[in-house]
Amino acid sequence: MGLSIEEVRHIADLARLRLTSDEERRYTEQLSAILEYAARLKAVDTSHIPPTATVLPLRAPLRPDVPRPSTPREHILSNAPQEKEGMFRVPPVLDTTS
Amino acid sequence: MSDFQTVIGLEVHAEFSTQSKMFCGCPVVDSTEAAPNSAVCEICTGMPGTLPVLNARAVEFAIRVALALDCEIANTSVFARKNYFYPDLPKGFQISQYSLPLAEHGHLTIETPDGEKDIRIRRVHLEEDTGRLLHRDGFSLIDFNRSGVPLLEIVSEPDIHSVEEVRAYATGLRSILRYLDVCSGDMEKGAIRFEANVSVRPLGSPQLGTRTEIKNLNSFRSMVRAVSHEVKRQTQLLCEGKEISQETLGWDVARGVTVSQRSKEEAHDYRYFPEPDLPPLYVDDTWIESIRESLPELPLARQKRLIVEHDLPPYQAGILTSEKEIADFFDAAVETGLAPPIKLAHWITGDLFSLLNQENIDLQQSKITPVALAELVSIVERGEINLTSGKTVLAEVFFTGRDPSKIIAKFSLDQVSDVEEIARLVSEVLNANPEQVSAYLAGKQPLFQWFFGQVMAAAKGRANPQILQEQLAAAFQQYQQSSAEE
Amino acid sequence: MTELSDLNLLEAAQALRSGMTTSQELTETCLARIEACDDAVQAFLALTPDLAMQQAKSADERILSWRKKSDEPLPLVCGIPLAVKDVLCLQDVPTTCGSRILEGFRPPYTATSVQRLIQAGSVILGKTNTDEFAMGSSTENSAYGPTHNPWKLERVPGGSSGGSAAAVAARMCFAALGTDTGGSVRQPASFCGVSGLKTSYGRVSRYGLIAYGSSLDTVGCLARNAADLQPIFTIMAGHDPLDSTCLVDPVPQVSLDQIELRGLRIGVPREYFIEGMQTEVETSVREAVGVYESLGAVVSEISLPHTDLAVPVYYLIAPAEASANLARFDGIRFGPRIEGADLLAEYLDTRGTLFGSEVKRRIMLGTYALSAGYYDAYYGQAQKVRTLIKADFEEAFQKVDLIACPVAPTTAFPIGQHGDDPLAMYLEDVFTLPANLAGVPGLSFPVGYDSDGLPIGMQLIAPHLAEASLLQATHAYQSTTAWHKEQPSL
Repeated sequence: MGLSIEEVRHIADLARLRLTSDEERRYTEQLSAILEYAARLKAVDTSHIPPTATVLPLRAPLRPDVPRPSTPREHILSNAPQEKEGMFRVPPVLDTTS
Repeated sequence: MSDFQTVIGLEVHAEFSTQSKMFCGCPVVDSTEAAPNSAVCEICTGMPGTLPVLNARAVEFAIRVALALDCEIANTSVFARKNYFYPDLPKGFQISQYSLPLAEHGHLTIETPDGEKDIRIRRVHLEEDTGRLLHRDGFSLIDFNRSGVPLLEIVSEPDIHSVEEVRAYATGLRSILRYLDVCSGDMEKGAIRFEANVSVRPLGSPQLGTRTEIKNLNSFRSMVRAVSHEVKRQTQLLCEGKEISQETLGWDVARGVTVSQRSKEEAHDYRYFPEPDLPPLYVDDTWIESIRESLPELPLARQKRLIVEHDLPPYQAGILTSEKEIADFFDAAVETGLAPPIKLAHWITGDLFSLLNQENIDLQQSKITPVALAELVSIVERGEINLTSGKTVLAEVFFTGRDPSKIIAKFSLDQVSDVEEIARLVSEVLNANPEQVSAYLAGKQPLFQWFFGQVMAAAKGRANPQILQEQLAAAFQQYQQSSAEE
Repeated sequence: MTELSDLNLLEAAQALRSGMTTSQELTETCLARIEACDDAVQAFLALTPDLAMQQAKSADERILSWRKKSDEPLPLVCGIPLAVKDVLCLQDVPTTCGSRILEGFRPPYTATSVQRLIQAGSVILGKTNTDEFAMGSSTENSAYGPTHNPWKLERVPGGSSGGSAAAVAARMCFAALGTDTGGSVRQPASFCGVSGLKTSYGRVSRYGLIAYGSSLDTVGCLARNAADLQPIFTIMAGHDPLDSTCLVDPVPQVSLDQIELRGLRIGVPREYFIEGMQTEVETSVREAVGVYESLGAVVSEISLPHTDLAVPVYYLIAPAEASANLARFDGIRFGPRIEGADLLAEYLDTRGTLFGSEVKRRIMLGTYALSAGYYDAYYGQAQKVRTLIKADFEEAFQKVDLIACPVAPTTAFPIGQHGDDPLAMYLEDVFTLPANLAGVPGLSFPVGYDSDGLPIGMQLIAPHLAEASLLQATHAYQSTTAWHKEQPSL
């Protein structure tokens, strides 16, 4: 049930988290222990049990298609670490990464 | 080549022309023109703590399309989070539908040289659009105006077997989306975008070949070119006895080739799971039925009706019905009872279309009405004017919206057809309006009509429209040449 | 002025109405109390004295005009200084979630729950400390340092709403907002000797609550007793068009005295008394149940058979949701950014450096539980077992009106005790997680003190949307006992 360090690296990559080698080691150990503990769920017979994604017996409420004023751009940009030309600035994005 | 069969599945993304976005009240704007980040709020920029609330109209639009494609609509469908990191995706996940989509199992009938063919639709689901990235020298910028615009994804089965079929399928789908009035269909603005799954297999082979996925095909032309390039590339590889690797490709517009973006091993792991912030979407049968009743006559049905009712050739009926506004115009002209339908069809698909193409405008932007056209055609049919004069009158009606019988009355009395006289008036008007001239030359096309009107006014309405138009066009050409020489 | 801070919320509201004091005076008292105690307690991450005094001034004007012409009802919370957990957005005020990744973030909007209290005239003193992104049960996981338990400063206040619980216990405010995803209101209330209400899922808008586990997150409140919780709850609760999971059901306005304890059926789940539990906790909880019995309630032992599965279910579902909820923290639109060679490096470094270790652990866990090939075994199976846990409660509530049980196996533990053993820490949440998985409300309140003088809490759990019964039953207990009146000597 244990996770390998390669799996931990792969997950960290998926989650966009740079880990130190110490963290990689620690998480491998800790996540393995947690998953091992979680393995007890597999013993439960759920073959006829529906999943619960939400506890509410709700249907999605629908909003009328009426536009309302947008938030002023300067409010939206006020927290941006880098902005330019009224937009959020990031390092160059290569088209191939999409 | 003929020893191979092409197998194509197409994913189409259509942007809905709702008033507000999918999950917030921000207006849907033309993101290619609006000031960046001028139609955004904390929700569509993914600020922490914000939540989505679904736009009813987006659901209605999706049901319209699903019904038009003869899909089975699920009373209960579920939104899911599709997780990936990209700067134009503010939440780090896209709200989409995954295991329980809104609609499945539909089909779209296309016309092929061998007759009609059904392309099965696998699924139709709702999702949200991303923001737009603008690439600058050394950095990129993000505009979230498009973020959260409702998007419909329509996925076909791999039933498409040639480039012609993929073109017919995409055209047919675009036409339906426009008939349903849910999508502008404007390809230049990215209102419809494609992803194509392409594979090739030896004829008669029961197994599908290895497929590649071409992403981000943002225009009709790119899609058709990319697919035909990819079919050739794969066929060639197979002919050489080489293997095709399963991968994701991009389309390099400039070089006209597909380029590898990701191999199978690097495939995304989107970690879909039900969106906890949105309860399941429920649409009841009453709603579905009321939408079904409100559906307009769709292009193919309309084409068939025109063939049967008016004995039109199928090709012409197809052209007349590809755009709803043209079909409506034709029907309205027929309705007047002034002229034979087949003649009206000729005039529309012939001279009227050339005028529209020449001016690069939509029918609504011209001044002609169905009644005016029918009147003109009836006059020509009665032999009161000849065909050449009829065309001249059509142009004048097209630009001025004046009543054809009045034009003809005036025309026959005192029309100025002196080329030199008209050329003089044209240069007078152009010299008097240098600003408009530069604006027109800079690309403001609709000004042509304005100039036409000015010269016509200078001629007190008596200029021969055909000559006027020729002279005006010639004068502009001269301007253009002389400014190019400078 | 210490007398003023000793008042509870309803007494303070009464004093405001009678003109005995003003909101400005109450606010100054609280700010002075914070000034005096918070160096030791560290309950607040940000103070908003200017905003508070301005709000207090308007509240005083409102109260004055109410006194002249009292046809418009005056909300009980008008003029009352409150604290807000730092996971709830308050426009233009730094909101960090106890994380460096949100350092300096000033939201462009205010959370619905907070906005409703502000509209009712409440005074916001500041933002309280929390485990980073509400992930934790000790407030030690805050990037800005731990909060100390006012009863014993070297102990944790519980968490993740530890700052709010400590602020209420130390009488730095009259009540505070918290959030409860897996016990984060009830457990710190228990550790700090205050009353804390976890609302039903769907009862209070989550709009503006920076999400951790979206299907579990609830906004709640902490105060000195149940009667003080009620006015906060009724203002916050109710439909919000900005939250698709917020119910339209009306919020009943009940009188707390209108409860018939005679014949009230209280169930005590046997699974909540486990080996290794602090004996004083069990003793106090059983004594409190005895109080109810003496008041006429019918107590019976019940079973919630899937209780021991709540820990693995919760620690798959919440991290899975969190892994997506926390994807938006990328240093592009808000928060600091660690610049790097390229976009990918900036993502990795910003998130890798600025998230704390517990947050990263849960993001990793959740990412794994959702990843290709593992979804069915982990996330999918957890969702199914969640159905069983929910069904446990539904069955129990066929037989009893309320469930009474301990909140945590122990009283407040020493800061640093759990070190780096996350699983041991997770296992301590076993009594609070089930209510979140089932979406039902719970109320934690003090029912005794251990030999170290640390408070012991008990929780009552009610059927979905039955917050009123919780408030009434707790109020009945607090009308005949005095545990909730004890104060730390700070």
